[in-house]
Amino acid sequence: MANEVCLRTLHLDRPWLLSSYESEGGYEALRKILKEKISQEEIIETVKTSGLRGRGGAGFPTGLKWSFINRSAPGEKYIVCNSDEGEPGTFKDRDILRYNPHALIEGMIIAGYAIGGTAGYNYIRGEFWEPYERFEAALEEAREAGLLGENILGSGFSFDIHTHLGGGAYVCGEETALLESIEGKKGQPRFKPPFPAMFGLYGRPTIINNTESLASIPDIIRQGGEWFRDLGVENSGGSKLFSISGNINNPGVFEIPMGTPFSELLGMAGGMKDGYKLKAVIPGGSSAPVLPAEVMMDLNMDYDSIAKAGSMLGSGAVIVIDDRQCMVKLLDRISYFYYEESCGQCTPCREGTGWMHRVVHRIENGEGRPEDMDLLDDVTQRIMGRTICALGDAAAMPVAAFIQHFREEFQYHIDHKKCMVGGR
Amino acid sequence: MSLRCEPWARTDKREDKENLFSPEIRAEIDQWVAKYPDEWKQSAVMAALRIVQDDNGGYLTQELMDKVADYLDMPPIAVYEVATFYSMFELSEVGRHKICVCTNVSCMICGSENIVEHLEKRLGIKMGQTTEDGRFTLKEVECLGACGGAPMFQIGKQYYENLTPELVDSILDSLEQDNGE
Amino acid sequence: MADQQTITIEVDGRKLEATPGQMLIEVTDAAGITVPRFCYHKKLSVAANCRMCLVEVENAPKPLPACATPVADGMKAWTCSPLARQAQKGTMEFLLINHPLDCPICDQGGECELQDVAMGFGSGLSRFVEGKRVVRNEDIGPLIATEMTRCIHCTRCVRFGDEIAGVREMGATGRGEHMKIGVYVEHAVSSELSGNIIDLCPVGALTSRPFQYRARAWELTTHDSIAGHDGVGSNIHVHVRNHQVMRVVPKDNEAINETWLSDRDRFSYQALYSSDRLEKPLLRKDGKLVEVEWQEALLDAANLLKNADKNRLGALASPGSTMEELYLLRGLLNGLGSKHIDHRLGQGDFRAADPVLPWLGQKFAEVENNQAVLLIGSWLRKDQPLLNHRVRKAALAGAQVMAVNPVDYDFNFSLGSQVVCTPAAMAGQLAGIAKALGADTAGVRAVDNAVHEQIADTLKKADQGLVLLGSVAQAHPDFSVLRRLAANIAEVAGVTLGFVGEGANSTGAAMLRAASDDGLSLGDMLHQGLDACVLLNVEPEFDSSNPQAMKAMLGKARVVALSSHVSPWLREHADMVLPIATFLETAGSFVNLQGDLQSFNGCARPAGESRPAWKVLRVLANLADLDGFDYESVADVREEMLKSISGVKPDNRLPEGDTPGLRLEESDLQRIGGTPLYHTDMLVRRAQALQHTPDAWKASLRVNPALAQALGLEDGDSVMLRQNEGELTLPLAVDERVPGNCVWMPTGVPGSELLGAGFGAVSLEKA
Repeated sequence: MANEVCLRTLHLDRPWLLSSYESEGGYEALRKILKEKISQEEIIETVKTSGLRGRGGAGFPTGLKWSFINRSAPGEKYIVCNSDEGEPGTFKDRDILRYNPHALIEGMIIAGYAIGGTAGYNYIRGEFWEPYERFEAALEEAREAGLLGENILGSGFSFDIHTHLGGGAYVCGEETALLESIEGKKGQPRFKPPFPAMFGLYGRPTIINNTESLASIPDIIRQGGEWFRDLGVENSGGSKLFSISGNINNPGVFEIPMGTPFSELLGMAGGMKDGYKLKAVIPGGSSAPVLPAEVMMDLNMDYDSIAKAGSMLGSGAVIVIDDRQCMVKLLDRISYFYYEESCGQCTPCREGTGWMHRVVHRIENGEGRPEDMDLLDDVTQRIMGRTICALGDAAAMPVAAFIQHFREEFQYHIDHKKCMVGGR
Repeated sequence: MSLRCEPWARTDKREDKENLFSPEIRAEIDQWVAKYPDEWKQSAVMAALRIVQDDNGGYLTQELMDKVADYLDMPPIAVYEVATFYSMFELSEVGRHKICVCTNVSCMICGSENIVEHLEKRLGIKMGQTTEDGRFTLKEVECLGACGGAPMFQIGKQYYENLTPELVDSILDSLEQDNGE
Repeated sequence: MADQQTITIEVDGRKLEATPGQMLIEVTDAAGITVPRFCYHKKLSVAANCRMCLVEVENAPKPLPACATPVADGMKAWTCSPLARQAQKGTMEFLLINHPLDCPICDQGGECELQDVAMGFGSGLSRFVEGKRVVRNEDIGPLIATEMTRCIHCTRCVRFGDEIAGVREMGATGRGEHMKIGVYVEHAVSSELSGNIIDLCPVGALTSRPFQYRARAWELTTHDSIAGHDGVGSNIHVHVRNHQVMRVVPKDNEAINETWLSDRDRFSYQALYSSDRLEKPLLRKDGKLVEVEWQEALLDAANLLKNADKNRLGALASPGSTMEELYLLRGLLNGLGSKHIDHRLGQGDFRAADPVLPWLGQKFAEVENNQAVLLIGSWLRKDQPLLNHRVRKAALAGAQVMAVNPVDYDFNFSLGSQVVCTPAAMAGQLAGIAKALGADTAGVRAVDNAVHEQIADTLKKADQGLVLLGSVAQAHPDFSVLRRLAANIAEVAGVTLGFVGEGANSTGAAMLRAASDDGLSLGDMLHQGLDACVLLNVEPEFDSSNPQAMKAMLGKARVVALSSHVSPWLREHADMVLPIATFLETAGSFVNLQGDLQSFNGCARPAGESRPAWKVLRVLANLADLDGFDYESVADVREEMLKSISGVKPDNRLPEGDTPGLRLEESDLQRIGGTPLYHTDMLVRRAQALQHTPDAWKASLRVNPALAQALGLEDGDSVMLRQNEGELTLPLAVDERVPGNCVWMPTGVPGSELLGAGFGAVSLEKA
């Protein structure tokens, strides 16, 4: 039951080619829509039925998002794909771009059709050069085959897709920062409302979806919303790509049904490397609260299960932490990341990420103070829910969770000026 | 004031744009400009900066940023903002090979510290520095989205994954061989 | 807004009315409910970045920024609930962790928004034990002092540049904690409105450089006054300590200057204390001006005037003089039997009669609604910065702003169709536009230019439009012709004709002129000469459209000067110089371009022994044995003055009469004059900081690259300019804005006194 949607072509030689994709039912959905003139409402309904939720991390129902746009509004309307994959631990969209770019292209065209869109932009992070070239080549193939551009398949429907390359800024993964970036500005998130569906790219109605979300669309249309929904579990429809990394035997991307037990996923990834024991897991990318091993081993990989345990499924990036890792040191690195990637626009994040990082860094370096953990707890509270975008929360949540679950390691660092793990 | 979504205004637009860059560079930038609505030339600023940076040995100068501003009818400060915001733009000279080493959490768990240590020892420089011969720059970067191949680094447009000190040596050896170009 | 419905919201338990689309903070501000904020500003776009205005809103899971939360009917919000307070205090702590504790040496201290809000929302003790951020300062010019370590990144200054000044000079470079507000590449900011970012900055990051370390906010007393350097009549607060003006800041007046002030009006006060400020009366004895007591000077002046041939007695007054001063000067002259008085010092052509009362033709607020504006001989951006701001707003709203100018002046918005031509060609170009409209061309041969049709068409199509004659047109030797053509164009196109005069009170001076009989014009006085001349607030070498003609006239006349400063030509030609108060030191009234008469009181003690000019004029009249000069206060003068002008209404219609022929002919090389913004009056020229900005005229003769090449000259070459009576040697500056066969050498700037009229044939050679 693996690789049924986004990675459907993976078993083929050169899976990224149009011919490979078509041999697996590729573009059938688009052909059907255009031929049978399936209505926009019906497509959106199907996506709603599928239970597909935003695969970038926020988990917002995709069909519902599409229904927010005023399809009959005159003028330009855009589909924007978020391929700015940057949440530490996440590396699934890169594989879609490399191995099945046509699924994304078909998904974007269908999305464009469904919302009355006039053009699509795929924002690929600037470091992804190889995936960018694959995607561009696929666009070219699609155009030549009449699947993209003016008058697609003679249907009268026109839609083109352009790639925009990022320049190295995690915050551009935030949808409105990404729009700003396409507009040739710094990637600073916009305050909401207004939401992009009303006021998006170039001030026009815009739908922004993650790569995996859009790449899932063709199969949802082809095989039906119910089919997709039933792959997964209640409230977490479909299968999902999980990026699993850490000291395990077979790290990588696994497309498996939602609700698969974590222990099974770990098994697929070959289990812990020799001599390492599972200590903790970050289940949804570095911003998701860390969970101790014993909690994690009982959880299933779906939105509700992980949320109930106090964390988030996020982008499905599973970072496996073994028993030789110092949690203070890991948090030092994670907090540095958010400090480094804060856009600087709003006060709590600009000032708070630096503050949190410095305190954690001090503790890691044996300069912790007794009051530091309470201070960190309090600072996280002052950031969460106070910022323009979710980066503030993303920076604060790991700090709060690491301290919550591994308080004794932090206390040891503060008391003994050294590490509990390995005696550094 | 209500919501605004307009390109940055530049009233003193430069006419002689053909004098700014070589025909090849202009053609490359124009390809990007063509992707966006006519009045949103500035959408191509990141592409233009990347193109002129690559052409200039991997880094930007004020002169180049000003030319990009002129070419895209942007106020220069708006170009400086972009160039200083995105980490892939370099504002001072870098080596011919910029080694961008990920040290983020997955790579760290998988031993990126050893890779950094090995690189620093072999090249005789610290992170953020450039070798005296101008061949290599070491740069610490954030997650490059290849955690399944941790530890990893990027040189130029190429990713190198599942690094070991031995693998690092062979990669650098091969790069040193083609230093003639 | 057609049918604006009203909705009701509830804030802190109070029911408030609001309009859909309003942000919550607008409603609370209007109701007098205090919500702390730093980034929000009513005239700027919403940024929502400081997070200080977070308030609790019913059904919202987290506190929301009042500045970016649109109101909805029935919305309930709490600005000081525990959740709101906790959020506000949290933000305050973050703002303070990296803010330096240098309030004791910070100029903003005492009037600092951060300080004020910290008093209410800050904690007495910091929990931040890490090193604080330090930011390197940039030198952004002589007007604004920077201390960027204090910056809290509200981006008001950045938004101001883009949205109001129209030049994006400041920016936020870098990201995260390293984000830095500044110009990035160090240079002096060039906007003529730049000083407003001092007011906008909520902390001490951007402060007034001329005011730096001069006084503390709480030592200053505030006096309301009217700015005296352009026709807008901006409302100002004058801050005074020990009877001295320490600084000038804007006072809100939505109908006039909104919330802004031009740099010229903000920083010209420095001239009050310049080294050549006249502090005692001067009287010529044995050929030399020596300091004397008032009594002696006044007696001598009165005698001189009494004994002058009334037919050859005249007066010239600066258009920046107050209504009261001008009224008394007129009374004095009339009492002595002369009607020869003029304020139109910069006007270059008096052959045809002026309109009854030239004015802008529209209210400032109406200017924003124009769909088409044609500027004729006007660098409006620099001449009248805040009037230009209104035109810019029209342009941003879609209006076509067009121009016929002798220089490709830069504007802070995009011009539509534009004609840049030699001064001599301007009339022919306007005739072309008139012809395209089917209007009378006043006997001028129309030049062919495809643009004329576009301009004509745009004007004709506009529901509301404006043809505006600027100060460059006014100084033009064929102003009478340009004006007639402009009037014809406006009439046929069905748009308004407007005038932009000089100084703060040219409209008022014209009112007084309209209310009494006319004598000789400035042009006639220069031409016929005078035996005796009164100068009020005139710096003859720079205030005249033809310095050499002025010099010739003064050389043959007895001169009684009333002046705040003593310039070389006054030293040379005046028989006596009576020191008078500047507008900031006296009470008076100005009438601005839209016709508002605004009165003000003196704010500071006149320097030295100088006295308000109205008092000096009254005493002179008394000493000259004239009746009716018994005013006890300026209010008495004002009352009588107002009565005298009560029947005068603004009227831009040109009197009937033939239009004179063109005087300015195409020549091998012609001069382009006009007066740059920081050289327009006696005070501005002495405002030190302004004189160090990029807008101060850099001593040079400006020609375009083609001409320089044809003459074999390079940028920086020392060249000599000859113009009939005079010659001048300056470095050449190559400037693409200048049309061919022209040299841009303004009036009012150092060196210009050696030359004649601002326009005319000249020659150029390598020195």
